[in-house]
Amino acid sequence: MTEKTLSCDVLVIGGGNAALCAALSANECGARVLVVEAAPVDFRGGNSRHTRNMRCMTDSYGEEEYWTDLLRVTGGHTDEHLARMAIRSSSESTVWMKGHGARFQPALGGTLHLGRTNAFFLGGGKALMNAYYQAACKQGIRILYNAEVVAMKLEGGAFEGATALVDGDPVQLRAKAAVFAAGGFEANLQWLKEAWGEAAENFLIRGTPFNKGRVLKLLLDAGAEPVGDPKQCHAVAIDARAPKFDGGIVTRLDCLPLGIVVNREGVRFYDEGEDLWPKRYAIWGRLVAEQPGQIAWSIIDSKVVGRFIPSVFPAVRADSIRELAIALGLSGDAVEATIRRFNESVRPGRFDHNVLDDCRTEGLTPPKSHWAQAIDTPPFLAYPLRPGITFTYLSVKVNESANIVMRNGTPGRNIFAAGELMAGNILGQGYLAGFGMTIGTVFGRIAGRQAALAAK
Amino acid sequence: MREGERLMTICNSCRYCEGFCAVFPAMERRLRFSESDLNYLANLCHNCSECFYACQYAPPHEFAVNVPKVLAEIRVQSYRKYSWPGIICSAWLVTALGIVFTALALAFTPRTSGGDFYAAISHGAMVGFFGALGVLVLAFWCIALVRFWKEDQSRPALTVHAFLDALKAILTLSNLSSHGAGCTYPDERHSQARRVFHHFTFYGFLLCFASTSVAAIYDNFFGWRAPYAYLSVPVLLGALGGIGLIIGPLGLLALKMRRDPRIVDARQDGMDLSLIGLLLASGVTGLALMLLRGTAAMSPLLAIHLAVVAALFVTLPFGKFVHGIYRSAALLRNVLEQRHRDQGQHRGER
Repeated sequence: MTEKTLSCDVLVIGGGNAALCAALSANECGARVLVVEAAPVDFRGGNSRHTRNMRCMTDSYGEEEYWTDLLRVTGGHTDEHLARMAIRSSSESTVWMKGHGARFQPALGGTLHLGRTNAFFLGGGKALMNAYYQAACKQGIRILYNAEVVAMKLEGGAFEGATALVDGDPVQLRAKAAVFAAGGFEANLQWLKEAWGEAAENFLIRGTPFNKGRVLKLLLDAGAEPVGDPKQCHAVAIDARAPKFDGGIVTRLDCLPLGIVVNREGVRFYDEGEDLWPKRYAIWGRLVAEQPGQIAWSIIDSKVVGRFIPSVFPAVRADSIRELAIALGLSGDAVEATIRRFNESVRPGRFDHNVLDDCRTEGLTPPKSHWAQAIDTPPFLAYPLRPGITFTYLSVKVNESANIVMRNGTPGRNIFAAGELMAGNILGQGYLAGFGMTIGTVFGRIAGRQAALAAK
Repeated sequence: MREGERLMTICNSCRYCEGFCAVFPAMERRLRFSESDLNYLANLCHNCSECFYACQYAPPHEFAVNVPKVLAEIRVQSYRKYSWPGIICSAWLVTALGIVFTALALAFTPRTSGGDFYAAISHGAMVGFFGALGVLVLAFWCIALVRFWKEDQSRPALTVHAFLDALKAILTLSNLSSHGAGCTYPDERHSQARRVFHHFTFYGFLLCFASTSVAAIYDNFFGWRAPYAYLSVPVLLGALGGIGLIIGPLGLLALKMRRDPRIVDARQDGMDLSLIGLLLASGVTGLALMLLRGTAAMSPLLAIHLAVVAALFVTLPFGKFVHGIYRSAALLRNVLEQRHRDQGQHRGER
């Protein structure tokens, strides 16, 4: 049997935002481009299909404020030069995006706090991906779906070709340069377990089941310099009843700061009112992951119903705390005691969940610093929580040309990376809403242009 | 209905589609979805499918969200519910009606040549028959409208401004515009084709209606009898309308044939095709009658044309045509809801 061989100037491995930005840019620089997407057409677009906005520098959200926000969430685990490149190019990127079919809309209902900093895609990330794929087809870019790269010829930083299984059949891919934009390893439970131990068994994966990290592993095995901690990821607390993969946005819960969160023992473990929710939602995945059984419950009373976007799963309801605890499978005594102690330490204040209000607890450990109101108005409601992994931060090191850096410190000859596969250079820890799309767009475009140059 | 409620719950916690059309903001104004809410949302939906292509939960995702198809299914049920006496006819019934009417008309129409319509069919018979039919159609539409409108428990006050806003949405089909890009019909690429062909059909129909109305005024108030000169107002309006009723339905039919099968509720094809077919047939026979009115073909053509129009009239309250009634009412209700909410917010801010 003769194997099929396909040749191109620039091979783009991946099919999400960064990959498409790279493919479109490389094509516009005169390269013949081939895109290999591991997912079938209906699930194309990687995690980008679940996104909804991109953080953009604007007149009212300047470079310094953007940079300060990033510095704060990453705790300094970032590369200032690359980060500022992403920030500066973000505003101009929206013009480029519109030129390729992207459409924007005002901030979505319930997300008004992001209206100043983030540009929302009309219809969300899948609509954006559809527009990019249509633009790619128009430009004559060839796209293979169901095409998983399983082997590479990459020696001393020089890429010659790869083998992909397309609909299960091996196909040889030859290219003068390659852009790697195939995402992280969050859908690879085995790899997650290596970092997190057995706890990873209880993680839910919010995004695509196709990000198995195979390309990342091939690159690391071929001598690419790793960057980032395999344990670091963007993880939020999501509804525990969500599907194992691909649950996306509808599984998120925004009611945590409006009540208390207890673990399997019925005890609180963190300040639910530490800061405004958009600045804190990204730490709760990790917090729940550190609890016994990787599970927790958000408990609220009926006073706050209607103040948050409803989750797709109905709340567990009961007329007393004891009944609620029993319905959740928790100890009635323990939860009742927790609520009693919490209610007793709530100080009077003016409740306003849109600002850092003065409703707080006194003499309670851990405290609740804002939005602390007694949980006393039945019916009582609870939502079960599990860590929901959005994406992982272990990456390959790149320079400002998105050129992959090898372990000996020199950049590879014709290999470039974009998106989640290199986001760890900029996001060492923490997360800033919409920043993943910024990195993907900016470095996708850079990687595409540089790969086209390298292919000449 | 269950399925509709399930989807709306998913949509309401996602909200990515709220910029597309009126359906999603209207959905966000609700936390629960009763049958009447779903009927209202289903009739507000223009079936453009943009939300299907943009949906991260569309099949084969396990949530299998297919809003346009489910709303289409609910919509046709709502026609049965609100239209009195609950009959919705399909292509078979319409074809049968068409054949019967045509046969009767041909059998009873004497052969006359020359341009005198009333020598073929008496003036009194024509006016009496279509007048009665017209009154009945209006009565059925009013019943349907009232039954649909009564479902809305809140019933905010009607204002002229709200009427005008709704009228604009009806006349421009702004919900099919998708911010100027056009809707995703018949496939995922944006296009204005469906909107344009619907305009041809809709305005073609209105022009034909205007032509008949002007002719009726000529006849009743001035005593001017048809046929009118080629450059007279009724003939010009009718000719333009007839052209619209040929281009529009043909275009809609061509688009419908290429529609993405994942979104089509195939059980409605009969209903859709009946209306398209009858409108097209009215346009073709009307134009033919106008062009050949001086020849011997006049009297059979007149009989056929009137038979087709009669079949169309009979199906107006029971066929696909009612979508216009409920959609218009839903658009008006939507405007009223929006205004009500905006005023509420305004008060809240103060």
